[in-house]
Amino acid sequence: MATLYADARPVENYETEAVVAPVTPAPPPVAPKADTKPNPLLVKLAATGKSLLAPFFGILAFLALWAVLAPQVDTSLGALPGPVEVGEQGVALFEEWSAGKEVEAQFYADQDARNAAAVAAGNPGAVTDFDYAGPPTFLDQIFTSLKTVALGFILATLVAVPIGLLAGLSPTFNAAINPLVQIMKPVSPLAWLPIVTMVISAMISSADPVLPKAFVISALVVMLCSLWPTLINTAVGTASIDKDLLNVGRVLRLGWFAKLTRLILPSSLPYIFTGMRLSLGVGWMVLIAAEMLAQNPGLGKFVWDEFQNGSSQSLARIMFAVVVIGLIGFLLDRAMMMLQSLASKNHTL
Amino acid sequence: MRGNFHGFDRRRAMGMLAGAAAALALTGCGSKTEESGEKVAAAVVDGQIEKPSLKFGFIKLTDMAPLAIAKEKGFFAEEGLNVQLEPQANWKVLLDGVIGGQLDGAHMLAGQPLAATIGYGTKADLIAPLSLDLNGNAITLSNKVWNKIKPDLPTEGGKIKHPISASYLKPVVAEYQQQGKPFNMGMVFPVSTHNYELRYWLAAGGLNPGYYSDGDVSGVIDADVKLSVTPPPQMPATLEAGTIEGYCVGEPWNQAAVFKGIGVPVITDDEIWNDNPEKVFGLRKDFAEKYPATTAALLRAIIKAQQWLDADGGANRAEAVKILSQPNYVGADAEVIAASMTGKFTFEKGDTRDAEGFNIFFDKYAGYPFYSDAIWYLTQMRRWGQISEDKSDQWYFDTAKAVYRPDLYLAAANKLVKDGVIPAESVPDTDGYRGEQGGFIDGVTYDGKAPNAYLAKFKIGLKKGQKVTASGVSGS
Repeated sequence: MATLYADARPVENYETEAVVAPVTPAPPPVAPKADTKPNPLLVKLAATGKSLLAPFFGILAFLALWAVLAPQVDTSLGALPGPVEVGEQGVALFEEWSAGKEVEAQFYADQDARNAAAVAAGNPGAVTDFDYAGPPTFLDQIFTSLKTVALGFILATLVAVPIGLLAGLSPTFNAAINPLVQIMKPVSPLAWLPIVTMVISAMISSADPVLPKAFVISALVVMLCSLWPTLINTAVGTASIDKDLLNVGRVLRLGWFAKLTRLILPSSLPYIFTGMRLSLGVGWMVLIAAEMLAQNPGLGKFVWDEFQNGSSQSLARIMFAVVVIGLIGFLLDRAMMMLQSLASKNHTL
Repeated sequence: MRGNFHGFDRRRAMGMLAGAAAALALTGCGSKTEESGEKVAAAVVDGQIEKPSLKFGFIKLTDMAPLAIAKEKGFFAEEGLNVQLEPQANWKVLLDGVIGGQLDGAHMLAGQPLAATIGYGTKADLIAPLSLDLNGNAITLSNKVWNKIKPDLPTEGGKIKHPISASYLKPVVAEYQQQGKPFNMGMVFPVSTHNYELRYWLAAGGLNPGYYSDGDVSGVIDADVKLSVTPPPQMPATLEAGTIEGYCVGEPWNQAAVFKGIGVPVITDDEIWNDNPEKVFGLRKDFAEKYPATTAALLRAIIKAQQWLDADGGANRAEAVKILSQPNYVGADAEVIAASMTGKFTFEKGDTRDAEGFNIFFDKYAGYPFYSDAIWYLTQMRRWGQISEDKSDQWYFDTAKAVYRPDLYLAAANKLVKDGVIPAESVPDTDGYRGEQGGFIDGVTYDGKAPNAYLAKFKIGLKKGQKVTASGVSGS
């Protein structure tokens, strides 16, 4: 079991190891420092200052290198933009968004005015209830991307956790699905996309589906690529449950449902969350590629459209999108990490 | 998850039932309208808009202008339509979007609805009720190739004489062949105007651009010059990378090569075939049948936009350039778009010439979908082996009639004439055939009423009874 999934050892294990290791050797000599004990608040501030200083200089050095090196690279769209140009395009994108909001507000105001006039003129047939059909702004694209990855991630979790639990509980079932899992896991989203596209196009045949096809396609591709870490970690977590606990369960004659909710889920929860955190990371990476190809509105399509525009600002806008994609990925990871530590705390209680 | 799929299933089943019912009702209607002619159609056409919220796809090319203008200048809104325009990654994605129903209609290559209807590529019933423009493409060569052929080109008044024949490319192609290298050029889609224009130009200059066969969709059998597909916006980048030595594409991607200094446009499609028909507005056939009033309304809006684009000798073009340069439309720099949209065309840097007819959207009956235009595309599909068997003249007429729909165009245009929006002279009185046409670079004349006789006139191209296999052309 453990050897099978050796590559997928949950992050959790590494952390416990890291905590445990320094304790076993002799404790470091703290006595000399205790003589000149400074204000603990200052120590803490200095420590945070120190820990912030290094990343600060790292980012500064990166920006400086970028600013110096970028203009040296000459593309057919002009020199590669530096941080300043990219920042300017960020501002421009924000302005486009606020301008877009104004146009949208105007559109609805006009529509309401027209409708009111139509009703007043006794012609309710002319009342229209149109959604604003303007071009999606950068912020709209971000929200679409987040919605897509959320749907894909939720679907992946819903599929992966039950299968993972089953695999963890039954070695036979695990042996049955293991080869499939190992083969499906490394498949690139780009390979799934044509298949998913054809299947979804065949399944959703109504002219006005509840969810747009491109959205469902991207979300399903995200699901297919991101369910494996959760599945594997859940299986490992479930399989590594303390045998004593199970024995206690047997003694207490717990039903299977009680066994699941009282014993198995609590003890494998940290593993499941670790898997989900990895899944979300994979999902976000896959999403951009899926959106580029499926033409689902979102950050991937934004990048592709700007590439196709080939104007003098295109490169700077694409770079700004890259920065935003990275930041969002980072924030998603942090959010999952918080959830994960919450789950682990519950478990220790 | 499973519940979810059940949901899809149920919805699908219900959709299918409803669809079947609608289809039954429609086939009933359809046969009736066909018999009693345009009067019945007209009554439906002026009715309530059935589907006011629409989504159209386009490719980032200046000839999508009628759609952008219809939206930005409020022509769609005037007709009671709420239209969203969405750029597509390439022609294949766009075609699949229309066939699959994600898009209600799109800016299309003239060959796309024809090829889809005859089943070359994805099979689907598409129609073209309106032609978007005349001309608008050009062929660009890389600097390397241009510098090789430039010394041989004849001059006229200190400038290079136009049109430039592809025969000047022959020594360069021969040089490549001697070195065992292929001479590659790019076009945008197998059934694109660009493919046929590039082939026409090469063949007129004595170079074989290769044949398609049933099993080979790359079209390079017996080729002197190998053509490959690249999406329009990526053309300059592919040329710069050295993958291709030249390309045929719509604007602004030829002018982009000039601005970036990576290539030189050598000939416009207007010089290959004077006033050639170009993009069309493509729809699913069942869309037009299900939503006749919507179809008429959107055609009226596009016709108004076409008129706006050509009004007062191009007075509005500067504004059009500004709209097209927005990142959500064509998105290229305004000066690049302006370089071809405002009656001029730049070949080499510093060699800007008048090109009044480079982009025609409304004048010269640009919007009317002539059967003879459709038949020209079909003859080129046969000429290069995309249609693998000989077809009768009647087959060409019938296919053109099934796809090109002047009846829908006239229903929209005649209402605009009646309302005094467009002049009566702007709608042609025709049987759908333009008559014998000249203006081709090789001097061959084309008559849409005799497609097989036309095919027999070409030196390079499949003749009656010939078939293409992997080993080459066979039969006589």
